[in-house]
Amino acid sequence: MIELVDLHKSFGDKVVLDGVNLSIAKGESMVIIGGSGTGKSVLLKCILGLIKPTSGQILLDGQNVERVERDAFLARFGMLFQGGALFDSLPVWQNVAFRLLRGSLKRPRQEARAIAIEKLRRVGLKPDVADLYPAELSGGMQKRVGLARAIAAEPEIIFFDEPTTGLDPIMAGVINELIREIVTEMGATAMTITHDMTSVRAIADKVAMLHGGVIRWTGPVEQMDNSGDPYLDQFIHGRAEGPIEAVR
Amino acid sequence: MTALKPLAALGHAILQLLAAIGRVAIFAATSASHVVRPPFYIKEFAYSLMAIGYFSLPVVGMTAFFTGGALALQIYSGGARFSAEAVVPQIVAIGMVRELGPVLVGLMIAARVTSSIAAEIATMKVTEQIDALVTLSTNPAKYLTLPRVLAATLVVPLLVGIGDIIGVAGGFAVGVGQLGFNPATYLRNTVEFLEFSDISSSLMKGAVFGFIAAMMGCYYGMNSGRGAQGVGKATKSSVEAAAVLILAANFLLTNLFFSA
Repeated sequence: MIELVDLHKSFGDKVVLDGVNLSIAKGESMVIIGGSGTGKSVLLKCILGLIKPTSGQILLDGQNVERVERDAFLARFGMLFQGGALFDSLPVWQNVAFRLLRGSLKRPRQEARAIAIEKLRRVGLKPDVADLYPAELSGGMQKRVGLARAIAAEPEIIFFDEPTTGLDPIMAGVINELIREIVTEMGATAMTITHDMTSVRAIADKVAMLHGGVIRWTGPVEQMDNSGDPYLDQFIHGRAEGPIEAVR
Repeated sequence: MTALKPLAALGHAILQLLAAIGRVAIFAATSASHVVRPPFYIKEFAYSLMAIGYFSLPVVGMTAFFTGGALALQIYSGGARFSAEAVVPQIVAIGMVRELGPVLVGLMIAARVTSSIAAEIATMKVTEQIDALVTLSTNPAKYLTLPRVLAATLVVPLLVGIGDIIGVAGGFAVGVGQLGFNPATYLRNTVEFLEFSDISSSLMKGAVFGFIAAMMGCYYGMNSGRGAQGVGKATKSSVEAAAVLILAANFLLTNLFFSA
């Protein structure tokens, strides 16, 4: 279980997170929505320790993440980055098996390669992709490789940062389905940040809307359309008019 | 108050400089501390040795050869003004080994290696590859910085040694081929004139310059701004900083080794 308690983050005078409170239950798929620049990525990076919050607490299974052993903490996470963030200098299989080739989860090279190929197959890629370099892949294939890397070490918690950005609608649908299937079959806790409403409906058990540095609304995905919250309504229907000011 | 503005600007600039020195020092100390803390990334270290050392040989060799040749011509024509043409072998040797070898190799490494390290790491940063490393339980300082800095510190002295030899060979080629020196005499004068301290100081300078070159590449790469402009700025700043620091370090080391 992940719990965010009164989380604040400022960059100089700019307040990005202004007291975020949110709970994500074990095995739940939480999707954070919100406009561009509302701090969704910052929130996710704060949880992972990539950015230090100004104040507030992040609890994982009731323990403050600042006090847990960092390697053990990170070993519980997998993450799919927005642009894939694949390592250009390594072939696809070594990207997927990165964690299995070094550190505490190290496996023999052949075993790590076999796991990588299996994970590539799981995300719909053939074994002959394994020896290509990321630059030789299309955007959709890179996203799949990123997904394979995120699940390679079978993490308990998986983060997805804008998983469908930059993909055509069909490929976005494929990635959404994959995420849903993988999260369900692994029993993992998932946190996805996106502003793609198709993704939200495909992936989420629960939805939280981040606006003005706080969680504006949170609830099960089925209740999203009848929330009665004008901010959420404007966002999910993509209306230009409403309480959220659109910069023109 | 207007009269104090230049002073305030000067104070601000000095404070910024000191803050920058502090940031670089902390970055260097943090990176260096990983030397004694496993895990060690041997493959990345070996790759860095090849990229920084082996693949720099052609540019280092050509730079040293042409400089040695030009130095021989300059000393010959300059020495002719006071009938000292015969000192070409000795001055070429001392000039190359003590000064030009390490400095030119250092500057070529700054141009070739610092820029490449900064651009590579900065691109990794803007494409979130550094964040990805962290989420994969891999410390970027350990995985990216340490192998490059350690490899450069160890391999640049070798490049300097090779550059010294090729530079002297450039002088020899011009001295014998163009200026009419006897080959055996030229070599004997070179070997007999050089002292161990000339060579050891040259190699030590190489180690310091290698450290500076790789460290600046890593520092500016890791602290790059966003987008293509950020990568460009990081690359440019890393080469500028490395070149200036190498020349400053050369002055300090020359003072340390050779001042009376």
